[in-house]
Amino acid sequence: MIKGIAGTTESSDCLITVEPNEGIEVIVESIVKDFFGDHIENLIKQTLKELKVKNIKVVVDDKGAYDFTIKARLLTAIERMES
Amino acid sequence: MKRSLLFIPGNNPSMIQNSIIFESDALIYDLEDAVSSSQKDAARLIVSEFIETSFGCKKEIIVRINAPDTPYYEEDLKQIVSYKLDTIMLPKATERTVRQLAIKLDEIEEKKKITKRIKIIPIVELAKSVLQIEKIAPLPRVSGILLGAEDLSLDMGIIRTKKGDEIQYIRSKLAVACKAFDIDAIDTPFTDVNDDEGLVEDTKRAKLLGMDAKSCIHPRQASIVNGVFSPSSLDIEYARKILLGYEEAQKVGLGVFSLEGKMIDKPIIERAIRVIAKAERYGL
Repeated sequence: MIKGIAGTTESSDCLITVEPNEGIEVIVESIVKDFFGDHIENLIKQTLKELKVKNIKVVVDDKGAYDFTIKARLLTAIERMES
Repeated sequence: MKRSLLFIPGNNPSMIQNSIIFESDALIYDLEDAVSSSQKDAARLIVSEFIETSFGCKKEIIVRINAPDTPYYEEDLKQIVSYKLDTIMLPKATERTVRQLAIKLDEIEEKKKITKRIKIIPIVELAKSVLQIEKIAPLPRVSGILLGAEDLSLDMGIIRTKKGDEIQYIRSKLAVACKAFDIDAIDTPFTDVNDDEGLVEDTKRAKLLGMDAKSCIHPRQASIVNGVFSPSSLDIEYARKILLGYEEAQKVGLGVFSLEGKMIDKPIIERAIRVIAKAERYGL
């Protein structure tokens, strides 16, 4: 099974791993999970919806990344999985 | 009219998200030297996503793409060009590659329905490019030229020094060409980020030869560079006196007048107007 990985575990970044799945599954680990865990999950699901991706598992290891970083890392991971 | 342009590594979220609070007048998000070949795809996406969300940023947004002879050039352009981008910085620029980029931008802007005209800052960092400076400066979209002294030294087979004697001719040539075509002459970065005095001296030398601005590789360099390229309070005060004197002289039909024992004529008046414009632009 081909995984796509993007990002780092440096501060303000996130490491995102994606792989094919039956349906959508999003797992978020974050240093700010109590405050932003739901927001990160929603951002991932919204981006997947925009991309029309319906069968994928996304694992996010977040170190305080802003939305633009999370979205970019997700897009990169998906591109890498597909290539 | 800018004084400092700060390079931001294109795959560093921490630097990117903080970039808008740095003191530089322009920001250069770097997809070229600051990004390893395995991370070009990631950098492209993070920079484009950031630019899309950079609401209300008053700084000039520049992206340094990869050179046309690399496999990244086409994809960089496809991904990066948007209505929020102000300028593309082109490495290893020659007359031919700048012309090609201008045509490419025409096509991309039309395809993406971008109504603004994205500018180009070519980097002169090849000996061949130095010979073409006068041809590059007047090309469509070119708003300034950056001297890339590190790569140029490599191409020339010469050693870079802090004093910069080896680039004096090129700085002068570039400044004259930029002035002739009313675009920005942008100086090469000073690479020792811990040597503030050296940076001040290097920037002063560049200014003396006609450079308008300097690129920076560390946020703390921007305020130092801004300081050198900004008019001093004495400059501003003297410029105001000149303009007041000019108003009075015009009332009595004089083109030339005397101020504090010195003759004031048209070039000095025009310099005073520029000093005041710069002071107003930067709230000095």
